[in-house]
Amino acid sequence: MNVDETDLPGLGRRKDFMTASGRRIGVVELREGTMELIVSTWDDPDTCQASIPLTGDEAATLGNLLGGQHLAMKLSEEHREIPGIVTRQFSIAPESPFQNQPMGKACIRTRCGVSIVAIMREGEVLPSPGPDVVLHSGDLLVAVGTQEGLDSAADILRNG
Amino acid sequence: MDPLALTLIELGAVVFCLGLLARLAGRIGMSPIPLYLVGGLAFGAGGVVKLEGMHEFAHLSGEIGVILLLLMLGLEYTAAELFTGLRRSWQAGVLDLVLNFIPGAGLALLLGWGLVGAMVMGGVTYISSSGIAAKVITDLGRIGNRETPVVLSILVFEDLAMAVYLPILTATLAGVSFLGGLTTVAISLAVVTVVLMVALRHGHRVSKAVHSENSEVFLLNLLGLALLVAGIASALQVSAAVGAFMLGIAISGATAHNATRILEPLRDLFAAIFFVAFGLNTDPSSIPPVLGWALILAVITATTKMLTGIWAAKRAGIARPGRFRAGAALIARGEFSIVIAGLAVASGVVPDDLAALATAYVLIMAILGPLAARYVEPVLKALGGPVRLPAKA
Repeated sequence: MNVDETDLPGLGRRKDFMTASGRRIGVVELREGTMELIVSTWDDPDTCQASIPLTGDEAATLGNLLGGQHLAMKLSEEHREIPGIVTRQFSIAPESPFQNQPMGKACIRTRCGVSIVAIMREGEVLPSPGPDVVLHSGDLLVAVGTQEGLDSAADILRNG
Repeated sequence: MDPLALTLIELGAVVFCLGLLARLAGRIGMSPIPLYLVGGLAFGAGGVVKLEGMHEFAHLSGEIGVILLLLMLGLEYTAAELFTGLRRSWQAGVLDLVLNFIPGAGLALLLGWGLVGAMVMGGVTYISSSGIAAKVITDLGRIGNRETPVVLSILVFEDLAMAVYLPILTATLAGVSFLGGLTTVAISLAVVTVVLMVALRHGHRVSKAVHSENSEVFLLNLLGLALLVAGIASALQVSAAVGAFMLGIAISGATAHNATRILEPLRDLFAAIFFVAFGLNTDPSSIPPVLGWALILAVITATTKMLTGIWAAKRAGIARPGRFRAGAALIARGEFSIVIAGLAVASGVVPDDLAALATAYVLIMAILGPLAARYVEPVLKALGGPVRLPAKA
């Protein structure tokens, strides 16, 4: 993927690329340390339909959502030959009982036969996390298991 | 009345009025500069109320205002950005200089103001207001637009051109001989080059020297150094403002960012007083006779800036609407045009009409610029029918 980086003297730096659908998408990193998500309009790729200011947390969450989706898509592809196996993502809500707890406490594999294969956090991937990894609110867990197993795992993560 | 009491009352009233004007400007979404100028006109010689007590203070504060304006302009850019800006946009920068210097200089010659007058008016019509342009780009959500780097590079070029132009102007206004003028120019060019080189390699050291975690110490260090450098530059006849600009460039990184934050309120205060002080020295009754010329100049130089932007954006591969957006963003003239006119008026070698013309011109352009930037797209759409879909990349 070809990401264009352009200096904006006095303001910051723009990083963007052209999508297959002909729209330009990217971020502007402003001098003050804040960030804006930019999306071009459909009829003029030079201009922006939206420039949305994002806080650090918001940018990380968006990164997780996009990255997690990407990972999940890849995993589903790989598991296609095994019938009954599904990949799903769970996000840790601020009210989750396992927030700031080691993941092993939820005993997800023991209780519902579901494997957490990765955690997306602040735009980064923690692959095959061990039971000692502490969960934070905003984390995105990528889980593999059966449909029923995943349903009960979701319930456990939400309600304990 | 006790003169001190009178001065305090006048100053308080003026600053308070400026606050009201700035609020009004914010409410209607325009730059406060034209309102400050009008405020100065109203309070000055031949105005509605004549203020006597604060003249001296207003004069010195105005000078400090110019130094802070230029210092903060230097802080905006790192030396590296200046170099990339220069490399990327020198052709557009030269076109900008030629197209926009000539109308002002030509009119001054036509009005019989001589070469000095031409030099001043050329500068007034050449330099866009980077303050207004940056605000327009931010307010209209155009930071992520593709034409924005083109606009910013032209502004960078203009600011560097100022660093060369101001010393030449200062020398010319001081009536230095041609040879003496050349020496000043050579000195200032050498100083500018050396400072840029030093800033590029050792900017962090300069930054370290002024930096302090304590904001009080930092402010005093910074302001003291700025005034000192400006004073020395002025003594060498290289223009106080350019000294401050160079200091701003030499300070970089996080220190520059903190410096901007800490100096902003001071700049706002002193720059506002500078605009008022400029207006104070202009008799409002001298404006109507030059208003016609100001309007003609406004139309011509709005067009020439538009052409500059269109040409530069076209070269950068921007489509038609973006080219017009780039042109319109450059139209506004403001603080630096007044800085140039202010230097000329203070030297006393240009006719009074020049101040009146510069005031009227900046009044028009500071209002017209943001409006043009905002409405260029709808107007273009209305004129050109539906916008053609660009080919998919």
